[in-house]
Amino acid sequence: MISYIVRRIVYAIPILIGVNVITFLLFFVVNSPDDMARLQLGERRVTQAAIDKWKGERGYDKPLLWNHEAKASKKFTNTIFFSNSVRLFTFDFGQSDSGRDISYDISQRMWPSLAIALPVFTVGLLLTITFALIVAFFRGTYLDTWAVITCVAMMSISSLFYIIGGQYLIGKLLHLVPISGFDNGIVGAKFIILPVIVGIIGSLGGGIRWYRTIFLEEIGKDYVRTARAKGLSERAVLYVHVLRNALIPILTGVVVVLPMLFMGSLITEAFFGIPGLGSYTIDAIQRQDFAIVRSMVFLGSCLYIVGLLLTDISYTLVDPRVRLE
Amino acid sequence: MQLTLLATDTLFFGLLIVAIGYGFYASKHEHLRAPWREVARNAVAIGAATVLATFLIIAVLDSIHFYPRLAQNDVSGETQLGSEVISLFDHLVGPMRTQVEKTYSAPFALYAFSKETIELDDGLTKRDYPRLIFGGSHLAGIDDRNGDIARLSLIGMTWAGLIWAVWTALLLGFISRAHEIPIARAAHNVFFGEFRVPYRTLLAVTGIITLTVGICVALAPHYHILGTDKVGIDVLYQALKSIRTGLMIGTLTTLVMLPFAMILGISAGYFRGRIDDVIQYLYTTLSSIPGVLLIASAALILEVYMSRHADSFTSLVARADLRLLALCVILGITSWTGLCRLLRGETLKLRQVDFVEAARAFGVSHTTILMRHMVPNIMHIVMISIVLDFSGLVLAEAVLSYINIGVDPSMESWGNMINSARLELAREPIVWWSLLAALVFMFVLVLAANLFADAVRDAFDPRLRVIN
Repeated sequence: MISYIVRRIVYAIPILIGVNVITFLLFFVVNSPDDMARLQLGERRVTQAAIDKWKGERGYDKPLLWNHEAKASKKFTNTIFFSNSVRLFTFDFGQSDSGRDISYDISQRMWPSLAIALPVFTVGLLLTITFALIVAFFRGTYLDTWAVITCVAMMSISSLFYIIGGQYLIGKLLHLVPISGFDNGIVGAKFIILPVIVGIIGSLGGGIRWYRTIFLEEIGKDYVRTARAKGLSERAVLYVHVLRNALIPILTGVVVVLPMLFMGSLITEAFFGIPGLGSYTIDAIQRQDFAIVRSMVFLGSCLYIVGLLLTDISYTLVDPRVRLE
Repeated sequence: MQLTLLATDTLFFGLLIVAIGYGFYASKHEHLRAPWREVARNAVAIGAATVLATFLIIAVLDSIHFYPRLAQNDVSGETQLGSEVISLFDHLVGPMRTQVEKTYSAPFALYAFSKETIELDDGLTKRDYPRLIFGGSHLAGIDDRNGDIARLSLIGMTWAGLIWAVWTALLLGFISRAHEIPIARAAHNVFFGEFRVPYRTLLAVTGIITLTVGICVALAPHYHILGTDKVGIDVLYQALKSIRTGLMIGTLTTLVMLPFAMILGISAGYFRGRIDDVIQYLYTTLSSIPGVLLIASAALILEVYMSRHADSFTSLVARADLRLLALCVILGITSWTGLCRLLRGETLKLRQVDFVEAARAFGVSHTTILMRHMVPNIMHIVMISIVLDFSGLVLAEAVLSYINIGVDPSMESWGNMINSARLELAREPIVWWSLLAALVFMFVLVLAANLFADAVRDAFDPRLRVIN
């Protein structure tokens, strides 16, 4: 087990290097530091001196990959690639283009993101599985048909509609909770309710339909027929046999997103004014702060790889047939 | 009038030609005809396909661009061309495009949404809601409005009914010819749904669509059916123009994605070894970057490129169009990994199958095996993923435009409409029409696409055939 985990982590390194090279290519080669400076300082009327000053302050004035003027190991280390990309491996994100410490910002903004994403994820998952089981129980009836139709209709509604509609209905018309904002501690609960409800409803349609398919696939298998032949009630078959076996395909989709919960949801956080990592990223995109976007790309990839690893490990926990080698 | 082809137009028409070619090819081959026949017998699929076809027609009309001839000719007798590119659709809806008000107005309004200082005849001024320049300008006052709307709608409905009757007669004629039964018998059978093809659904949906279009055509020259937006542009016109944007994103992205996914996926599964390792590494790396962030990074870089090469774009339309194309390319590059993984798995299975082994034993070349044995046998996966991805892409466009990394702000799109309407929600009374129009149009398109995709998947997926 331990050796498997170690080997998987070693395998992750080339992928992270790949991500790093891609972001480096995107942000420094395709798009030179001069362009970044011009974009930040204003379009046309900007002098070369101002650009050089901007680049100097952020350390973007070094050569890209190989410093000919430096000595010995400095030839490699005193470059943009080394000082901006390689150090990401130590999770040292450096400063944003506007001069703030990115690592500090991330550590501060992680928790609001989690406060929204975690309830959406857990409650949403429970609701989805419950509803999907009910629909699977009534398979082939009118209830099933109409449930699937409702799911497809819910999937076809833009997530923006759920957010705007929720804000308008619950926040503006009924005055139940504030439309947007955030606060720490128990006072903050009133800010969290609305985004959580909206997030859950938004993902319900697709989720129920997807889990229903999984359950139906499981119901068609031989062991279910055996269970019925033993004289078990339909309910026992569904909740004991089918649910437990369907957990394996469900896990594939669920565990991989667990670490990503830290990243938050871009749209929800922006709409509800939650100071999480999602709105952090959106702000960075809109302010065209390349350093933050670069850091978030790297962080997101790391979390995704952790999610893949967790998925594999969780397989062994739920399915004894799977052995890690 | 001088025709001009924008970059996306060329690709879109290319895609249409390919689709028509596929249709001919499929109609000649029984193994492709069978699943499509199954789709055609599904009432929901027929209804959805009719709605999609309507959207497609509007998008095609909106993709034929030209420089219009200006009304007044030069003294020299030369015909002057307008500097602005418009599409055939713009030309057809004429008044809807040109009747621009000053600012917001509610659906069917006669008066503007906000008060203004109006100069009276006697030189005095007062603050009141001014009359709209075009909306209901033929009426004396608000009292005449409902009657006028009813009258115009009735005219529109009559025309729509006539057109629908002709279409129904043509269809019945076709059916009676094909089944060699009298027309009355055909009509009876259609009405009671006794054919395997759900003609009744087809007629009902086309009926609803013709009625809606008829009423809109009758009302649009005189009213702003869905109101106007901040700069006074008709919201219905914007929503209709957005159809092209949505369809472009949904189809061109697939066009960009397919070569990557197919070539890499099939070669990884077929050749295995080093090639497989490299391709697997490539897609794992790409898919480990969160999609939105990759799109955002690419869009930021595009922005820089655009501002640096601002001079090389001949017109605003061409610039917006290139940005749309770039967005499709970006979305395509970030979204091929899923399909690639599926195709690799399927090819791995296929290469073990007897007929492939036999082909290899006969010494058939790799290229021939790939083209004759692999590609036709994975096409059902490609087909399913094309239709399934479409609706997701249309929805993604709205979200991306909201974060300002979507299509050009000057281009009509549902995302841009929502984005600009969002700011006005705080107003009292609320400006809801722009938002609702965009959301409803998007909902109809995506719902139709989802329902159609389901039918296609059910017909093409051999695994589902076993389950059901």
